[in-house]
Amino acid sequence: MSDSTDGGAGTQAAADGGATSSAPSRRSLLGWGGAGLALGAAAAGGAVAAVRSDGGDAVPAADTGAAVPFHGVHQAGIATAVQDRLHFAAFDVTTKDRAELVRLLKDWTAAAARMTAGQTVGEGAYGGLAEAPPDDTGEALGLKPSRLTLTIGFGPSLFAKGRFGLEGRRPEALVDIEKFPHDNLDPARSDGDLCIQACADDPQVAVHAIRNLARIAMGRAAVRWSQLGFGKTSSTTPEAQTPRNMMGFKDGTRNVSGTDTAALDQHVWVGAKDGSPWMTGGSYLVARRIRMHIEAWDRTGLQEQEDVFGRDKGEGAPVGKAKERDEPFLKAMKPDAHVRLAHPDSNAGATILRRGYSFTDGTDGLGRLDAGLFFLAYQRDVRKGFLPVQRSLARHDALNEYIQHVSSAIFAVPPGVRDKDDWWGRALFS
Amino acid sequence: MRAVRLSVVTAATAAAALAAVTGCSSKSDSTSDGAIKVTASDKSCEVSKTEFAAGHVQFAIENKGSKVTEVYLLFPDDRIVAERENIGPGLKQNLTAEVKAGSYEIACKPGMKGSGIRQKVTVTGGAQTPKRDPRLDAAVAAYRTYVQQQADDTLPKLKTFTDAIAAGDVEGAKKAYAPSRIGWERTEPVAESFGDIDPKTDTREDGLEKGQTWTGWHRLEKALWTDGRIGDEEKKLGVQLSTDIADWQKRVGTAEITPTSMANGAKELLDEVARNKITGEEERYSHTDLVDFKANVEGAQKAYELLKPVASKNDPALTAELDKQFAAIEAQLDKYRTDKNSYDFTSYDKVGESDRKQLSDGVNALGEPLSKLAAAVAK
Repeated sequence: MSDSTDGGAGTQAAADGGATSSAPSRRSLLGWGGAGLALGAAAAGGAVAAVRSDGGDAVPAADTGAAVPFHGVHQAGIATAVQDRLHFAAFDVTTKDRAELVRLLKDWTAAAARMTAGQTVGEGAYGGLAEAPPDDTGEALGLKPSRLTLTIGFGPSLFAKGRFGLEGRRPEALVDIEKFPHDNLDPARSDGDLCIQACADDPQVAVHAIRNLARIAMGRAAVRWSQLGFGKTSSTTPEAQTPRNMMGFKDGTRNVSGTDTAALDQHVWVGAKDGSPWMTGGSYLVARRIRMHIEAWDRTGLQEQEDVFGRDKGEGAPVGKAKERDEPFLKAMKPDAHVRLAHPDSNAGATILRRGYSFTDGTDGLGRLDAGLFFLAYQRDVRKGFLPVQRSLARHDALNEYIQHVSSAIFAVPPGVRDKDDWWGRALFS
Repeated sequence: MRAVRLSVVTAATAAAALAAVTGCSSKSDSTSDGAIKVTASDKSCEVSKTEFAAGHVQFAIENKGSKVTEVYLLFPDDRIVAERENIGPGLKQNLTAEVKAGSYEIACKPGMKGSGIRQKVTVTGGAQTPKRDPRLDAAVAAYRTYVQQQADDTLPKLKTFTDAIAAGDVEGAKKAYAPSRIGWERTEPVAESFGDIDPKTDTREDGLEKGQTWTGWHRLEKALWTDGRIGDEEKKLGVQLSTDIADWQKRVGTAEITPTSMANGAKELLDEVARNKITGEEERYSHTDLVDFKANVEGAQKAYELLKPVASKNDPALTAELDKQFAAIEAQLDKYRTDKNSYDFTSYDKVGESDRKQLSDGVNALGEPLSKLAAAVAK
């Protein structure tokens, strides 16, 4: 959770100018719920097709069911408004044939374009040959697009020597993430050659998307691990309510805004001069499954809980301040407070865009809630974003007593699919 | 394994065929006029009429040869319409069957072996059966032969196993256990189509219904590997397994098999692997799952190879993919045996999680295109 909780929040400060200055106008939308989300996202460049304009805050976003455009300069699912649900899957490429991998990426792109538009895969879920299994698995029939976004990433192992001839194209920024103190990583649910992040307001829509892409991949790529998420733990629309994480604290108060193009260009999107031209317009994704020791946390006194974070539990205000969005005074916090350690001022301005989700995978064999944060962070360069922040957190964060990082992965997330002739990863493979 | 997955159509057909043989043959004694004469010798099979009307058809069989023979009336795909076995030299027997219009074959099998001496016959009148694709009929007939062969080959291997059980020889029985199952595993969808045999022979402990007595291979597997002893109860179960498998071997020729059921049967064999072998559930005591796995793949491949001439015309991309994936899964399996001609596979409890995952990925890679084979055949 680390930076996810609030650390990253503060991270934004360095580039905050734009977001803060435009904040008042958006602030007025606070409490409008879905409508606020819609406006924020629309301002982001029409990324979200009209959600609802009647402003009814009683209408959950999921009911609006809009489609997010699939084509664009950047992939949807990064700066676009965060949906309520997640199904994230990492894949191992099982074919050794580069042409087959390219074919898979093209097949995936075609299916993704259809599914994000709310359409079925291939020839649909029924009506075809009686002897053949239908192309589409069918569980999303009748459901709206639900703002489904599908975002692909390429892991370091895809660039390994002797695999697909990509070793010369591995970006320097796609680093191998070091092992941090206290990490207890499960290799079986870490890493991966490819990843697909499916976000939607309806869990069935997100699961349907991953299920169909996994099926299309069979024989070429196999699911290595996957994670379901609910209750977004951070938002790219700061004018909307700040969600709470599983520890009950508001999370992502100061996340990078999806409308702040200056901050996005500075901290999230890879620039043309960043070293790997094929990544221009893309981003780097770090995924960490962070298990929370929920029962221990729940037995912790309120004062300690607030000290651990450096914010109060009710309002979410930084220590000594009254409002959630008040500028934090770091020195007022304990030296090991999460917000203080994660703040950009403590990390040479390191800034990331967080898009994590809470998860609860039932209980472990000991009856403990298997819950926590599935941390997802996008940044222009991991070496200047996640790594310095996590190095600091892993060593000193008071929160470490209540959390454990159990999986880790990094992916190069290529730029957007421009039009119907383009496909995921074209710039890398061409 | 799957407790009861009775194919209603199949069971009904088989029952009808049996009824035709048994129920009606007694009647035929009194009405032997108009019967079609089948004269069998060691080298010939003469039929007095090769074209006759649909309905109650009676055959008057005479064995003029020196060997015990049997006579079959067969559909074009070799499914048995009616049969009379054990006709000794010089004996006469009657056989009656309810026959619809269409093409059939009569086969005499001197020595009760092989595919027999064949004679084509045509049954006229009534509703004509729909036009059939001879290439697919040939595929089904060849698959039927394969299925019968597997059942025939299973009997001696099972005998080795049950003899060891009868002798109280735990080690011998352990060695003979997995080989005794190969023929069954290769043709499991057909074996399972007889809803009553599978629950008696291949049920796992967790598959038992309340009140059901646990019999068959897995019950003995548990006794051998977990208890390490053979008692009177086990000896009785060994005898029963022999009886049940002999029953299967006798009835397997009557199974309803169609080109699409062959294709789907191949897919089911892979599903079978994905469901119970990859997890190690099937052979949880003996850990011989990879032997079953191999047999399932072989059975699927046999069905596929027979359908391939048709499928490759209708969907060449699919058959290219299937060829590739069958080769891939075989190569993967070969990593778990030192001698490629033996069925001595690595014990499945020695196969690690990541290797199981790879096998699972391989099964999915094959199972997914295999699920499209039936459509490619039916097009």
